[in-house]
Amino acid sequence: MTDIRADMFDAMPAHESERERVEAENRRLAAERKKIARDGPKLTGAKLAARLDKTWRRQPGLLGWLATTDHKEIGRRYIVTALGFLVLGGIVALFMRLQLVKPDNAMIGAERYDQLFSMHGSTMMYLFAVPVMEGVGVYFIPLMLGTRSTAFPRLNAFSYFMYLFGGLLLWAAFALNMAPDVGWFEYTPLSGPQYSPGKHTDIWAQMVTYTEVAALSAAVVLVCTILKTRAPGMTLARMPLYAWAMLVEGAMIIFAMPAVALVTTVLLIPDRLVGTQFFNAAEHGDALLFQHMFWFFGHPEVYIIFLPATGFVSMMVETFCRRPVFGHSVVVLALISTGILSFGLWVHHMFATGLPRVGYSFFTSASMSVSIPTGLQIFCWLATMWDGRPRFQVPMLYVVGFIVTFVIGGLTGVMVAAVPLDLQLHDTYFVVAHLHYVLIGGAVFPLLGVLTYWYPKITGRMMSDVLGKISFWLLFGGFQLAFFPMHWSGMLGMPRRVYTYPPGLGLELPNQLSTIGAFIVALALALFIFNGIFSLYRGVVAPSNPWGAATLEWATSSPPPVYNFEHIPVVESSTPLWDSNGELPVASGLRVDEKEMLLTTVVAATPDVREPVPEPSLWPFIAACAVGIVFVCSIFSPWSVPFGLIPCGIALTAWFWPKDMKRQPEPVIS
Amino acid sequence: MRQGARVITETCTPLLLGACSWQHYQSDFGNAAVQDSQFLTLFTIFLVVCCVMYLLVIGFLFAGILRRRPGEDADVVETGRHHQPNPSMRATLIGWTALIGVGLVALAIASFFADRSMAEAAGNEKLSINVTANQWWWDIQYNSDDPSKTLRTANELHLPVGVPVRIILASNDVIHSFWVPSLAGKQDLIPGRQTDITIVPKKIGIFRGPCAEFCGVQHAHMSLVVDVDSYSDFIKWWDHQLRPAPAPRTPLAMAGYKYVTTGPCSACHNIGGTPASGQVAPDLTHFASRRSIAAGTLPMSEGNLYGWVEDPQSLKPGNRMPTIGLEPDQLHAVVAYLETLK
Repeated sequence: MTDIRADMFDAMPAHESERERVEAENRRLAAERKKIARDGPKLTGAKLAARLDKTWRRQPGLLGWLATTDHKEIGRRYIVTALGFLVLGGIVALFMRLQLVKPDNAMIGAERYDQLFSMHGSTMMYLFAVPVMEGVGVYFIPLMLGTRSTAFPRLNAFSYFMYLFGGLLLWAAFALNMAPDVGWFEYTPLSGPQYSPGKHTDIWAQMVTYTEVAALSAAVVLVCTILKTRAPGMTLARMPLYAWAMLVEGAMIIFAMPAVALVTTVLLIPDRLVGTQFFNAAEHGDALLFQHMFWFFGHPEVYIIFLPATGFVSMMVETFCRRPVFGHSVVVLALISTGILSFGLWVHHMFATGLPRVGYSFFTSASMSVSIPTGLQIFCWLATMWDGRPRFQVPMLYVVGFIVTFVIGGLTGVMVAAVPLDLQLHDTYFVVAHLHYVLIGGAVFPLLGVLTYWYPKITGRMMSDVLGKISFWLLFGGFQLAFFPMHWSGMLGMPRRVYTYPPGLGLELPNQLSTIGAFIVALALALFIFNGIFSLYRGVVAPSNPWGAATLEWATSSPPPVYNFEHIPVVESSTPLWDSNGELPVASGLRVDEKEMLLTTVVAATPDVREPVPEPSLWPFIAACAVGIVFVCSIFSPWSVPFGLIPCGIALTAWFWPKDMKRQPEPVIS
Repeated sequence: MRQGARVITETCTPLLLGACSWQHYQSDFGNAAVQDSQFLTLFTIFLVVCCVMYLLVIGFLFAGILRRRPGEDADVVETGRHHQPNPSMRATLIGWTALIGVGLVALAIASFFADRSMAEAAGNEKLSINVTANQWWWDIQYNSDDPSKTLRTANELHLPVGVPVRIILASNDVIHSFWVPSLAGKQDLIPGRQTDITIVPKKIGIFRGPCAEFCGVQHAHMSLVVDVDSYSDFIKWWDHQLRPAPAPRTPLAMAGYKYVTTGPCSACHNIGGTPASGQVAPDLTHFASRRSIAAGTLPMSEGNLYGWVEDPQSLKPGNRMPTIGLEPDQLHAVVAYLETLK
């Protein structure tokens, strides 16, 4: 490790006395460097653990809670908050299903129903699906990569608060009867100033902005963590498939989210607030511009939700079949190509808008071809199961449920990718069935499986096996009962987003079945959450590797200590715990009295730099409040933007203010 | 025995009638036009191919689960066998990929051909109709080479069987979608743009077309009734619709006429041959000849007419027709007059 500052001084011309002074300073610093405590053969075991704990533990109490930069704490918050929004969005859906159980039902009026379906879609897509995937990633990626912290931990904290405030904004609006009421994607001109008076739509648009800023921040954190902080020896080829999935997902978020943030914040809100005419045809604007920009984000969004789920499945299949996933490079290439291809599909949401037919053929082919990489991933998992002997513990049940359910959704997706079919099926309950099959089958099933799988690591206890199996079967059966009949009601002519339907169309039976199924799904999820809470107190205490898995997060205790690993592990294969015969090689030399992590090179993961990890700080929270105030006030007045730059500027300046400028024994890269 | 038969008849008949009636009224299975027939054919092809693919996946899954493996698997990791390659699986992977590729190409080609044959009639249409959507009703204009024969009505579309018709779609406010599932796929009506759809009806009957793009609070109550007739019946209907509204004969109807043509109704509605010439609401010239009130919200009947005219906001909350608060005798008169508009 070269002393950069000393080199700089050495290069400068100096008088004799000046040079002598500098050399004396260097000797003093070298002596101080020798006294720094580092982990290694001389400092290990319980003594090391105690010192690391002291360095890494945050201040207790409310201020410490607000200021934390511990990725595990932030990850837990994300997961708990997202599950809370799942419950809220699900309750809204139950009301919708009650309204639709019989024709011409007068239980819920049109206006309230419109708010309900808008809240259901917005909550599930913006406040549950993406945040929970990022939250699980934020918790587990550093552990899986063998490092002590994420990159940019304060940005990580900021992203959580932005997400929380966005969710609170939306639900506070709902409590105040100001909820958005024109859908989760709010097409113009219906969402424009003329046809959506009041603040409902502006609140939606700003909630989207909040959650996009949060998602972008978390994506940057994850991508940088995956590229730069992996354990030595964990080349990209040896990196677990879940880390690959999160890398591709993070890159997709970075490219896709700005489109929706732009269309809501920069185009729709000014149309509504200051009289721009982007979407007004009478003033040479175009209503379809909104759809193009929205779906340019909207289609990758569903793959942003799906790809981490494929990562989960890869991890669980590997562990429960006791084999690395077959075709590792095929799966990696499938992840990358799905990510890239998903940006070329968006017009398949617009097949009914009368765009040129030649263009549509391109999007049909692209939409169909995106199923090839996913089909390959499925083959690889099935091949792994064929080779291994799968143990059907609860996470593996969810994997099987995922395959049985998601493939149906994927195949109905191939159907609606064909324009002549889509023109009948678009905007009907057939699409509602398709999207729930791929989102619940393809993302929620793996998520619940992985929460069961990783619960011992997070909490130190196992979830109840019996309750887990009951909730799986209830969920699987309830889901099929709720959503399969929707294929039928869609083909019988039931459009989407209707608060009621007339009798005599044959829609009664499918709707009744769907309502019953929805309540069974709710029961299953309630049981899952009960299991999660109950097992915190009564679950069997878990060892560090209860499932006998291969990846690094299982190399530390359950739950992990606040500093993750006593020594940074060194990796020699893609299944380190299976190939190390009980003795995992480690690298030593990180400081124990200051927070420090090891950065490695991007491809080969050779050790590169020792990076100081920022201390906990309240400024991310304060910055989130400041940005939040600007966002909320801009719903009401455009002046909040220029004036709001002042508190935001103050918060960000304080956050980024450089630390101690005194000459350190070691270079500080900050 | 007789009781049992009665019970069976009473439960099954409605089910069967229900099954028959809904299959043709508003459903993809209506098969009442060339376009929907082609949809059903293509859908069947896709369904078969997708079912085969699904069974292959499930077959592989369950074979993997139920397979009897040689030897004990318990120590596969401990003995280092977990990294053993499987060459036959690689070959299967390539075969699987090829199968998916071939299947998708076949489906894409089938889709392309279906799309072309659905559009075959385009350019050869004998009839063109302008449908303009508003929140929450349909404005319909039948075009003719003879300008005196251009007909404007609302909410009910009449089509001649076997004749290709081009429906030109536009919107006055937000995005709606024209969709008569028994006849054809949908097409959006987008403000500032013109789209169109070509339909060739094959069966005579009554069909229903709900609006298929969320357009606001009464999206659920914005449906088109479509009446497909023989060509001669269609021409007869057209000629009848071109006539001005019949003059009222009874005193009650005359009082209703006076109220409608001088009161608030005439600000929005048009009744041909009378002073009522508002353009922003459905044309009422032959209103009583339609099968539904308020774009499919209620079936046409005297009782429903009373309810609608008296308080449209309670039957279709948020729609653009205000509840005026008519006196009872005004209400009787207005309804009596409207019922004469056949």
